[in-house]
Amino acid sequence: MKGEIPMIFHSILFKDNKDRIKEEILEAPLFFVDLNLDQIVNTITVSKREYNLKPFFYSPLHDIDIIKYRQEIIQDLENGLLLGNIKSFAQKIIVMRRYLAMIEKLYYKNHKEGWFLEAVELYCDAVSCLAHDLSLADLKSPGLLAFRVFLTNYAESPQYTSLLMETKNLKADLATVKYCVIIKDSTVKVRKYELETDYTIEVEKTFEKFKQGAVKDHSVKLSVGSGMNHVEAQILDCVAKLFPDIFKTLDDYCARNKQFLDETISVFDREIQFYVAYLDYIAKIKWVGLKFCYPQISDENKEVYDYEGFDLALANKRVSENSAIVCNDFYLRDKERVIVVSGPNQGGKTTFARTFGQLHYLTSLGFPVPGREAQLFLFDRLFTHFEKEEDIKNLRGKLQDDLVRIFAILDQATPNSIIILNEIFTSTSLKDAVFLSKKIMERITQLDLLCVCVTFIDELASFSEKTISMVSTIVPENPAVRTYKIVRKPADGLAYAISIAEKYRLTYEYLKERVKS
Amino acid sequence: MKAFLMYKNLDFDLQRQLPSNEQILTQDLELNTLFNAMALDNKFLFEVGKKAVLSGQSDVDTIIYRQNILKDCLKNPSIVREIYQIPIESSESKQRHWMGVFSYIASGVLSSSIEMLQMFVGLLRKLKNIADEHADKFESEGFTAFFAMIKKELDDEYFAIVENHLKQLKFRNGVLISAELGEGNEGTNYILRKPNAKNRNWVKQFFAQKSPVYTFYIHPRDDHGSRALSEIKDRGINLVANALAQSADHIDSFFKMLQIELAFYIGCLNLYEQLAQIGETVSFPLPVPANERSHSFHGLYDVCLALTKKQKTVGNDVNADNKDLVIITGANQGGKSTFLRSIGLAQLMMQCGMFVPAENFCANLCEGLFTHYRRKEDASMKSGKLDEELSRMSTIADNITSNSMALFNESFAATNEREGSEIARQITRALLEKRIKVFFVTHQYDFAHGFYDKRMENVFFLRAERKADGGRTYKVIEGEPLQTSYGEDVYHTVFGTDN
Repeated sequence: MKGEIPMIFHSILFKDNKDRIKEEILEAPLFFVDLNLDQIVNTITVSKREYNLKPFFYSPLHDIDIIKYRQEIIQDLENGLLLGNIKSFAQKIIVMRRYLAMIEKLYYKNHKEGWFLEAVELYCDAVSCLAHDLSLADLKSPGLLAFRVFLTNYAESPQYTSLLMETKNLKADLATVKYCVIIKDSTVKVRKYELETDYTIEVEKTFEKFKQGAVKDHSVKLSVGSGMNHVEAQILDCVAKLFPDIFKTLDDYCARNKQFLDETISVFDREIQFYVAYLDYIAKIKWVGLKFCYPQISDENKEVYDYEGFDLALANKRVSENSAIVCNDFYLRDKERVIVVSGPNQGGKTTFARTFGQLHYLTSLGFPVPGREAQLFLFDRLFTHFEKEEDIKNLRGKLQDDLVRIFAILDQATPNSIIILNEIFTSTSLKDAVFLSKKIMERITQLDLLCVCVTFIDELASFSEKTISMVSTIVPENPAVRTYKIVRKPADGLAYAISIAEKYRLTYEYLKERVKS
Repeated sequence: MKAFLMYKNLDFDLQRQLPSNEQILTQDLELNTLFNAMALDNKFLFEVGKKAVLSGQSDVDTIIYRQNILKDCLKNPSIVREIYQIPIESSESKQRHWMGVFSYIASGVLSSSIEMLQMFVGLLRKLKNIADEHADKFESEGFTAFFAMIKKELDDEYFAIVENHLKQLKFRNGVLISAELGEGNEGTNYILRKPNAKNRNWVKQFFAQKSPVYTFYIHPRDDHGSRALSEIKDRGINLVANALAQSADHIDSFFKMLQIELAFYIGCLNLYEQLAQIGETVSFPLPVPANERSHSFHGLYDVCLALTKKQKTVGNDVNADNKDLVIITGANQGGKSTFLRSIGLAQLMMQCGMFVPAENFCANLCEGLFTHYRRKEDASMKSGKLDEELSRMSTIADNITSNSMALFNESFAATNEREGSEIARQITRALLEKRIKVFFVTHQYDFAHGFYDKRMENVFFLRAERKADGGRTYKVIEGEPLQTSYGEDVYHTVFGTDN
């Protein structure tokens, strides 16, 4: 179901003005580190610092309508052409802002005015191109449709069209200016160019026969936009005197157009990057064949599932290392609420737990999530409990510390919350751990909330009708090999041995595979 | 202008990547002994020798090309050493010339380029004179082409043109630069211009005078201003300075390449002279393409052992043509390891175009050489010994390709004989099927004799010789693997016979 087009465009992140974030959150939620969401968000935003996108990533939505508003916008943006258009718009605005910031630091009038003209030209270029591109785009999302209406109106406004025309004319005039500088000792003469020939070409011809392969470039690199010294400024003043009409027009233009930048466009430029950044991030992961989907969301139905899901932070890392990623499925039906994960170490249990948390959080931001098909729950709060280093400062034993933290979670959790528990009670005897875990599990099942619990305690797997068991697996013929597959089956506490030559893939069959011809 | 003394039409790239197992090869084959003999304490010779030896060629033509050049060098050692001095002189005076030069200022680039070019011209004249005097003493394709190029490129007329230009580029009458307005009204596209000739017709003169000229002066005490002014001047001469500096670079890199490529032959000369001194013979090997199987030689000795002991050592005679697998068994301390090392060394020496330590030697080339030697217990305790051996084997598996050669020295013996033999057998079988040539020194009877029983045509067995009285000859001879390695002999040597 598509939402209606908002009458007036407010924000590409929120349908209604009232939903906009009043005060931006600057601190990451507590569970970010445990779920490796910090890694994800850091990577996503690292090249986008100037937009200050993190507050958007720290603000999960609690309204299905807004999530859908965003999902539809992203679906439009998955059109590579449109995304490219937005990026080229953004790139121009970035450079424009850089110019405007630079002008503040410049001294000489003709110089400042020159850069101001560059900035306006870029802005006009950005706006006109985007308006043109959007007019050709096949848009479906109410958000982008509304923005297109806004932008078209703006681009056709008399105020904008005259700005555009003036800018173009001035640039063309300045491009005709060509002059000569004659330097002898401390005398500088400036006059118009009189068709003198290029001396360098003559010299190059003479030494051409020396040329062999590529050698170092010895031309001295001139820093761009490094400002202007007083000698260059004096030369420029002379040039202005040589071409007085052009420079008079430039003065007037600058005085009249100080406030050229539109506020709505400026906000759009920042907010759209929230989507662009995420799509860029998942693009290379998609490229290796991993799937993303737009999950169905409910705030009532706790039957959740995701097929071919994976840990996004891990996938990002593995893709850049060129190594494979293992996908996993899960589903909870009817009364099932708690996934108990057990099995061999290093088998991907923690990754599975993280995935469950990431999927739900990313959904609450409006993003497509790892997986072929998913239905997920709109939570009110998300809690994680991962093993922490012992902290000498809090004077409690590790076990007590664990219990204090879990108590705090259970105290705040509601039936609509999600809890991820990873290896609790490892610092006590097995008997104690079983006892304590069962107590906790009782509280969790009473709350009827969604939970993933990674544990070495097999007994928890069959705790009640609300719990299901999932197990990390190994290859039966070769127990040394981890599959990183987590499957739904009873916990069996399977032991595994190591076959050393196979571990190194040096048996006859392996080796024949490996050696390149 | 290219030296082309290592390849017919390629430069020798000193930056090239060595095979990933270079450290292992160096350790297992004691290569540093060889490199040191080539270098005679000269770091540069060491580096070039090492690069050349470790990055062997697998095409016959290049090897023959180098062999012929090396033969010329052995015939004319003093002329070759004299040529080698020219690039050395160039690099020494270059260091002096470039010292204190502001290469980030175009005028600095310009003036020091002029200076450099003047120095190079002198050395090029020297090289030209050697070519004129001695070229006829050289026969190899490589040297013939080299001297012909020198004579053609560096004639007297050419030297005159260069010197004339070096004079003109000093701009005694001021600099004329044209420019346009770039982004932000900043001057751009600075181009050095040749002033228009003065005697133009009066109409043009008349209009030219109409165009105003604005003049300003930089105050003599305005340091900042005069710096700024010379910056603008520098922008104008930037491209000319670059063109000139690049010309200097081209000549410099020619000298550098000459130095690198000659350094290999100088290293060979050094080695040759040392071996001659201890009375060892060398010969130029006959390389056979990598897809064939050949290995036959007389008097092959371990060159590193000879260099270390500074005396003649025992040589071996073997004919293992058409064999893919050579298994060497037999007496402890009977010269098996020495033999295996001599195989590896000869292969590397042949493939870099050098002579080999043998009376005669013929072998197929290989695409890569890999060694797998038993190592001491891993001190870090990170992995068990078999683990460690297999992990090294795994690295080899990642890199080895068909038509490579693998040398195993008592590998996979860190477990009981049956298991060790099984691992060795599986690995060897797979390598053979992938057309990899294998030399395997082993005590594992199960493994060695297993192959013997199969009577395969492409497998060859060598045994370290032991005289009936337990004495060793340090020679390997053809022979079936035996169940004992005569460790008892060694035991008796250590503990005495009556025990």
